[in-house]
Amino acid sequence: MDLLEHQGKEILSRYGIETPRGTVVDTPESLPAVDIPLPWVLKAQVPAGGRMKAGGIRMAHSVKEARRATDEMLGSSLHGCRVDRVLVEEQVPVDWEWYLCLTIDRSLRMPRLLFSRRGGIEVEETGEMLQLPVNPLVGLQEHHLRRMEKPARPVARRLYRLFREMDCELAEINPLAVVDGRPLALDAKITVNHNALYRHPELPQHDPRLTPLEQEAQKMGLAFVQEEGEVGVIANGAGLTMATMDALQDYGARGLFLDLCGTDDARQVERALSLMHRAGPRVILLNLFGGITKCDTVARGVLSALEKGMDTPIVARIRGTNEEQARQMLADRVESHLSFQEAVHRTAALGRGS
Amino acid sequence: MAVFVDRHTRVLVQGATGHQGRYHVRALQEFGTRVVAGVTPGKGGGEVEGVPVYDTVEESLEQKPTASLCLVPAPSARDAVMEALDAGISTVAVVTDGMPVHDAMDCIHYARCQGARIIGPNGPGVASPGKAKVAIIPNRVFLPGDIGVVSRSGTLTYEIVNALTEQHLGQSTVVGLGGDPVVGTTYVETLEAFQSDGETRTVVLVGEIGGEAEEEAAAYIRRHLTKPVYAYIAGRSAPPHRRMGHAGALIAGGTGTAQSKIEALEAAGVTVARFPHQIADLVAADRTA
Repeated sequence: MDLLEHQGKEILSRYGIETPRGTVVDTPESLPAVDIPLPWVLKAQVPAGGRMKAGGIRMAHSVKEARRATDEMLGSSLHGCRVDRVLVEEQVPVDWEWYLCLTIDRSLRMPRLLFSRRGGIEVEETGEMLQLPVNPLVGLQEHHLRRMEKPARPVARRLYRLFREMDCELAEINPLAVVDGRPLALDAKITVNHNALYRHPELPQHDPRLTPLEQEAQKMGLAFVQEEGEVGVIANGAGLTMATMDALQDYGARGLFLDLCGTDDARQVERALSLMHRAGPRVILLNLFGGITKCDTVARGVLSALEKGMDTPIVARIRGTNEEQARQMLADRVESHLSFQEAVHRTAALGRGS
Repeated sequence: MAVFVDRHTRVLVQGATGHQGRYHVRALQEFGTRVVAGVTPGKGGGEVEGVPVYDTVEESLEQKPTASLCLVPAPSARDAVMEALDAGISTVAVVTDGMPVHDAMDCIHYARCQGARIIGPNGPGVASPGKAKVAIIPNRVFLPGDIGVVSRSGTLTYEIVNALTEQHLGQSTVVGLGGDPVVGTTYVETLEAFQSDGETRTVVLVGEIGGEAEEEAAAYIRRHLTKPVYAYIAGRSAPPHRRMGHAGALIAGGTGTAQSKIEALEAAGVTVARFPHQIADLVAADRTA
């Protein structure tokens, strides 16, 4: 879950990392009441980087100027995300800027601390990045901190504690400004591990960038990726679903991705079919390799979806536990193939309308 | 010999009671695995399919388990894995899906301190046909043989193993690494084990988008692996910045694309199949040639 800047900054403050004075507005009408000395920095609250270049960060020297800028930003789209809120902050005179970040190194399977004496927009390109793996069992040590500028050390210590306690995949401060010798986080980019959201009920639980059907799927425990496509792919397992989408692409069709995620519940299968039907593909390709998910369970789910009027045509390829039974149950209702490639080939043709 | 498990492996099932637990205990037994104990807190004293159930892993040590199949749900998984490691279990296959990533990192590094191995989380486990299964992979797909299979995926692995079996190409060991971004056993560690395993003649690697584990595997293959390798990579059609089912299956900032992985593997001399089932055809063709 990518938190918005102002949500991230609230967490930083909770951990004793200073941020500029600021407040969030969702309408220009609130600006006259803002009790922060001018000039202001106005920052569009979207979970995406590169805001400066895209016009999502503006300066204002008067309330009038701020009104105009806020009016333009609110409701506009930035990197595909709608701007619903603007963060109004005091502008601070900065001595210099650093870069501080904690992330997870997938290869080392450890947190990794990144620090650069040059922060700002181009930090990733300027090099000179200090990169320190941190063993999660013992945490950040003095020898890590010694390699950083003195004022950055307490910030790194607090950020590490936040990174662990808040179950972060990413906690980035760029830039970490130095104002009169004091560190100040001018930005905050925090990503909380989705699997750990249940431990943080105070945080948003659903990504607003997901489509309404994707959000619905997530609540049901299904993995749905709704892109442009003619074929609704329903399979069990992420790898198998991806492999089916790849093969479809080779045959000239595009797919919507729905992974049944190891369910063995016919009602869940019925819900998955109904969801896919509502996404509006021309045809559904059901590609199963039954294990925990038994083929006859899926067949029962298909039959009850059909009974309830789900009328998107289905092509099925069913292998694995109880496959014969499943094929028998669906014999007169669903077009069935034994081979993966044949099923994909046939579905792609139906999807293209040929 | 075999990789990570063998005929001496004595299996403990954590989360053995309940519908799924009972199902898998039976499947393990049918596979010929020595299932010696189950552990479910509060259910000690009972039994599942003739296997004694204990409240704690420590109590189950009287049955001398060496490996654990962990079926415990995500919120309790960290504690269950730590309990197994504290009791000296040397191999823990964590099937659990949805484990918080910091919990997984803690378990992996603690296992390292204890000299133990974690396989997973969010993976089907490890199985060696004819010897032992510490996994949830359906029994019917296997055939004993000399192909080592390593994969980040679950059902896609079953598909590929099944296709091998249908062509009478048996497997030495099948290892499911897990679909999370952080997992206890890597491709490289598994490939090292296959390289030194006398029963493995050929290696099949099944990968997917996200991270750089397949690229690291390719680098290892180029330098050290003398056995033929066949691969399939899922996610060629996946859009960037979208998580494709697995937490680890994400193309971010230009890294983790299928293209990059396929190129790295091909440059290392690996035969990369375009469709999952093609792997079996390619192995069969090379063996008859």
